[in-house]
Amino acid sequence: MAITLDNMQKGQKGKILKIVDKGPFNRRIRDMGVVPGTEILYEGKAPLGDPINIKAKGFSIALRNNEAEKILVEII
Amino acid sequence: MRIAVAGNPNCGKTTIFNGLTGANQKVGNYPGVTVEKKMGTLKIGEEKHDVVDLPGAYSLSAYSEDELVARNYIIEEKPDLIINVVDSSNLERNLYLTVQLMEMQVPLLIVLNMQDAAVSKGLNVEAKKLSELIGAPVVSTVGHKKEGIKKLKEEISKSTKDISFTPISYGKETEYALSEIQKTLDELAFSDSELNKYSKSWFALKLLEQDMQITKIFQEQFHEKTEPIVARINKYAKHVDATLDDTTENIISSYRYGFASSVVKQCITKTFEARKSLSDTIDLFITNRLLGPIILLLVLWFSYQVIFTASEHPVAWLESFFEFLHNGAAKLIPKGLFQSLVVSGIIDGVGGVLGFIPLIMFMFFLISFIEDSGYMARIAFIMDRILRTFGMHGNSILSFIVSGGIAGGCAVPGVMATRTLRDPKERLATILTTPFMNCGAKLPVFALLITAFFSKNQGMMMFFITLLSWFFALVVAGILRKTLLKGTPTPFVLELPPYRMPTLKGLLIHMWERSWVYIKKAGTFILVASIIMWILMTFPQYKSHSSRKMSEAELAQKNWVILLQEELEWL
Repeated sequence: MAITLDNMQKGQKGKILKIVDKGPFNRRIRDMGVVPGTEILYEGKAPLGDPINIKAKGFSIALRNNEAEKILVEII
Repeated sequence: MRIAVAGNPNCGKTTIFNGLTGANQKVGNYPGVTVEKKMGTLKIGEEKHDVVDLPGAYSLSAYSEDELVARNYIIEEKPDLIINVVDSSNLERNLYLTVQLMEMQVPLLIVLNMQDAAVSKGLNVEAKKLSELIGAPVVSTVGHKKEGIKKLKEEISKSTKDISFTPISYGKETEYALSEIQKTLDELAFSDSELNKYSKSWFALKLLEQDMQITKIFQEQFHEKTEPIVARINKYAKHVDATLDDTTENIISSYRYGFASSVVKQCITKTFEARKSLSDTIDLFITNRLLGPIILLLVLWFSYQVIFTASEHPVAWLESFFEFLHNGAAKLIPKGLFQSLVVSGIIDGVGGVLGFIPLIMFMFFLISFIEDSGYMARIAFIMDRILRTFGMHGNSILSFIVSGGIAGGCAVPGVMATRTLRDPKERLATILTTPFMNCGAKLPVFALLITAFFSKNQGMMMFFITLLSWFFALVVAGILRKTLLKGTPTPFVLELPPYRMPTLKGLLIHMWERSWVYIKKAGTFILVASIIMWILMTFPQYKSHSSRKMSEAELAQKNWVILLQEELEWL
């Protein structure tokens, strides 16, 4: 089942399918190792609900919900 | 030999740099930008080598100023050796940068750092295998325990300029396009042009990736002659878009990751499946909905108390030292204009600022601790939502804190810390608002006002003033971002590095670097300004002043000097 990253639940695992963005966000997130095929773990939200924290390739990355919307994930 | 140290942020690059150069460091700036340039000297036996610590970068794609500076340094300065520090516990992403360094065809020495962290994650990284797979020497180190530094120095002595990297595969289509572009570059006599400082294969690759900087340089050099290459690139881009619905840049980066991940698969063996790490457990509390903000406020409040309590005595000592100088000079130098210049102008003016050095040093020590331990990234994480309301970025938080978000900072290093902000408008908004923070030079003024108006709860009042400065800085930033500095916010993607116990040496070095900037300013700008102020306050002279009036004038002058110093902090 494919959903956008911001709709994942705490503790859920997923695999990146696609990053729907052709701008600097795509470049940044790729440079940090989040590319299609990468397995991620949704670790949780910041106290104010945004940004969110995911784990990929063994390290944690924070990103905002409106950016997470651009990432398609398959829940595994 | 000239050596550059490159690596990802949070890979222990600075620890390796400190381990190699020790205390022989100086900080400067890269020409034309605010990016800090750290240089040092490495002595191996009789030989001396210049070492530059390049800014941390995930990639050389020129996303941020840091990355562009690192890339341009490698191209323009052509260091004899690049030490690429990689985090063993996070190898795949770190190798992404390594691949890009390999593409630049520069002599590499790879430092496999944080081997201890990898082992505790159940990862066994084979240095020898990695060296074979990449085609460059590899040394294993544990930077913060100084393990492997000796071996690293031996390898540096042995290093040569020969390059024999394993070729990276970009897929048939891409390689065909690359070879055609290279051929056309040959026809344009690329190697005899002013652009021959670039490796031809790298230049072709960057053109194909549609890298903005390189494309611009190319156009400026060859003008209309670029057409066949532009046409070739467009053909490739169209093909990639039609078949893969993606950009050329992304496709090429996928191949880089492909190379990195195949290297990782071959040189890492898993010894056990890691359970939840200590860092993750700490994060459960620190980024918790309820506890997170409480812990943050406690940390700020505690830092605050520590800084003021710890620096109370040293500040008093320095004050009495300058008083001693003041009285001594007043005795030695005969009464008159010159005495007044030295005593009231120079000693009181510069002393008023230098007297706060202990406080500044304690503050920078704590900030370095918060930064090096990994907590700073969590502050950005927690605060981003609030900053976003004002059109700012979680990453601006470091600048605000250094500038006086924890009272007693200084806007100079605060402005310097804005270098990691990518968007020029966001950076400018941060630079323009950091001076609202409760910096070290404003403290004495606030302290004076607080003693005068709120003799009870002085500490609490200072805390409120600090919160108020935050409020004003953010509101003004918000207004700027809605008017003069309008623009779409840049993506907020931030690594939350694992918590680490900072090394004392690292903390001391960081503290000293930042304090030194402050001292230098006090010694130069403020000295000159103190003299100018003294002149303005002294001339023209009236002879009819009574002694009572003179002392009032002196008092006014003193206040002026303080206000002026405050102004200078803005610069």
